[in-house]
Amino acid sequence: MIALVKTSQTALKALRRNVTRSALTCVGIIIGIAAVIAMMEIGNGIAALNEKAVGSLGANVLMIQSGNSSSGGISYGAGSSVSLTAEDCDAIVRDAPALRAAAPTVQSRQQVIYGGKNVPPTQIIGSTPAYFDVREWTVEHGSAFTEQDVNNMSKVCVLGQTTARNLFETEDPLGKEIRVGSVSMRVVGVLAKKGASTFGQDQDDTIIAPFTTIKYRVSTGSSSSGSSASGSSAGSAAAQASVNSLDNPYPTGAPKLYPEQSDAEVQNNPRFVRFQNVNNIMAAAASREEIPQAIKQITEVLRERHRLRPDEPDDFSVRDMTEMLSAIGKSTELVATLLLIVAAISLAVGGVGIMNIMLVSVTERTREIGLRMAVGARARDILAQFLIESIVLCLLGGLIGILLGRGTSLLVRATLSWPTAVSYPAIFGSVAVAATVGIVFGFYPAWKASRLDPIEALRYE
Amino acid sequence: MPELIRLDNLTKTYHVGEIDVPVLKGVSLSIARGEFVALTGASGSGKSTLMNILGCLDRPTSGQYWLDGQEVSDISNDDRAMVRNRKIGFVFQSFNLLPRTRAIDQVMMPLTYTAAHLSGAEARARAEELLTRVGLGDRMDHEPSQLSGGQQQRVAIARSLINRPPLLFADEPTGNLDSKTSKEILQMFRQLNEAEGITIILVTHDPNVAGTAGRNIRMADGLIESGAFNDQPASVAAPLARESYTLAPGKRR
Repeated sequence: MIALVKTSQTALKALRRNVTRSALTCVGIIIGIAAVIAMMEIGNGIAALNEKAVGSLGANVLMIQSGNSSSGGISYGAGSSVSLTAEDCDAIVRDAPALRAAAPTVQSRQQVIYGGKNVPPTQIIGSTPAYFDVREWTVEHGSAFTEQDVNNMSKVCVLGQTTARNLFETEDPLGKEIRVGSVSMRVVGVLAKKGASTFGQDQDDTIIAPFTTIKYRVSTGSSSSGSSASGSSAGSAAAQASVNSLDNPYPTGAPKLYPEQSDAEVQNNPRFVRFQNVNNIMAAAASREEIPQAIKQITEVLRERHRLRPDEPDDFSVRDMTEMLSAIGKSTELVATLLLIVAAISLAVGGVGIMNIMLVSVTERTREIGLRMAVGARARDILAQFLIESIVLCLLGGLIGILLGRGTSLLVRATLSWPTAVSYPAIFGSVAVAATVGIVFGFYPAWKASRLDPIEALRYE
Repeated sequence: MPELIRLDNLTKTYHVGEIDVPVLKGVSLSIARGEFVALTGASGSGKSTLMNILGCLDRPTSGQYWLDGQEVSDISNDDRAMVRNRKIGFVFQSFNLLPRTRAIDQVMMPLTYTAAHLSGAEARARAEELLTRVGLGDRMDHEPSQLSGGQQQRVAIARSLINRPPLLFADEPTGNLDSKTSKEILQMFRQLNEAEGITIILVTHDPNVAGTAGRNIRMADGLIESGAFNDQPASVAAPLARESYTLAPGKRR
């Protein structure tokens, strides 16, 4: 043990003798470890964000959309004009016991005006009070709208935190009137904070109102893809006019498919749509284990309601949102893992650099080695000395690399706003890896040094 | 036991490919404690090989080598390293100091490999004492680049004595020094030999340098020509023939 301490002191003195070379030798390791740390922290941050986003969506959420299911994407398949209705939603709630709650949703995009402020929020969602249950999204301030509001198409709404702040700043939004599109709505509640979704959207930048209000009072200029629902009440080309489809309950003419039509075309070819179609239905299963059952039950109910024959495919799709978001999250993690592999390779290259320099160092110090042997150093003393030199170099490089890596991840978070999280396993792992690199790549030069013949070494020019 | 070194029919043969090259062809000698011996011979005489074997840096092909009561011809590399550490001090022609290292650290370097552990303070004290002894008390923090040739050699001498070995090997110690400094160094060896009783083997091809020693072992063609066994008492050093090597007794530096 004492010998180890003495040898370590010798090794440190030797490194100090040539500081520049020692520093340059470290560089490979520094960069490798810094890259590993930065990658792991960024990967960690992304993973954490994914988890949060999945969590913020709401537990065990299923998304039911109209149209054929398409693989992987969120957009509809080849659209059909038949779509989901609020009644479908009621049926589902009634007949699918594996569900906790379900709510139909429609989407819109409008200017929102209050006083001098004029902002378009990310989303305007129309739904029922059940939506808040499905999304596990509490109304922090005030209250949600009620079933009564839905039935009456009341002009009430609930604001997300960001929208509330954008429009009202420090004022209390409750009871105030805002204008959504061309409709004046009263704010009855403010939602609790949700944060960003997996795609980076600010979920708090939203307005939620009864879907009947959104659909029939506020123009539904749909920004989401392929919603055949949009054609109905809008007379879509004219974004302003809130045309009540009650005016035209008995359409004439053939059903028309998306894309949208001009005024004249609309007049000439009124679309056949069900009365209360919605963009999609969001449902929450009672528990994670019951999700497959829930999906089965929903499918059964909808097939029956849509009068589908056994050989016809579903004209809707039911997706487990949690799965989907996890999958997206996983692919991002895969990218992070690949980058980590690249960083590991750079670490290996750094190790080769260490080995190279140690070999040069051994050759340069041949006479010194011979002298040490002459005064009594055994082969293992020489081996230990050079091995320790290499390990110390690597640990030092590792330390600087860790600091540099942390600095980089902080920089990335500050400038690019990517999420990063400290990864303690990465730090400990890096120290271990640095020491291992030092041992592995330093061994051969140290072994070579220990095998020198003292007589030859002393004679070396 | 008064006999420090005893060689019994030592041979050394190098194997170069298929050819055997005998360098030492049967060397026997005896050196008592406290002797000051010069080992001379032309190049090719086997002088360097004999020195390497005597210094435990190399092992003989056959024969026996008794050093301080221990038979060392056949011991392992690690054991030989220990013998070198405890029993032998080396002084080289080219000083062989560690670059960019202070004199005090140079002298303490062999202690890293000494089994018996000295505390840091003890080690430092011993090193300082030795440096003062060789006249470098005011240059303990100097690096080799700040020392003259003679001073560097004196650091090397101090280093060789740090473990208090009974035997000192000097391989052409004045080869890289001017005549004045050479005189000083040789004088220092004499003092060490006379005052401390350290046995010194001085390897040289210069007959003048050899003349300062008490006994001369001459080698030629792998065998000892003369001086293998001492017919004079160990403590008597040969009279100095030339005036240029006359030194006032007790004079340092």
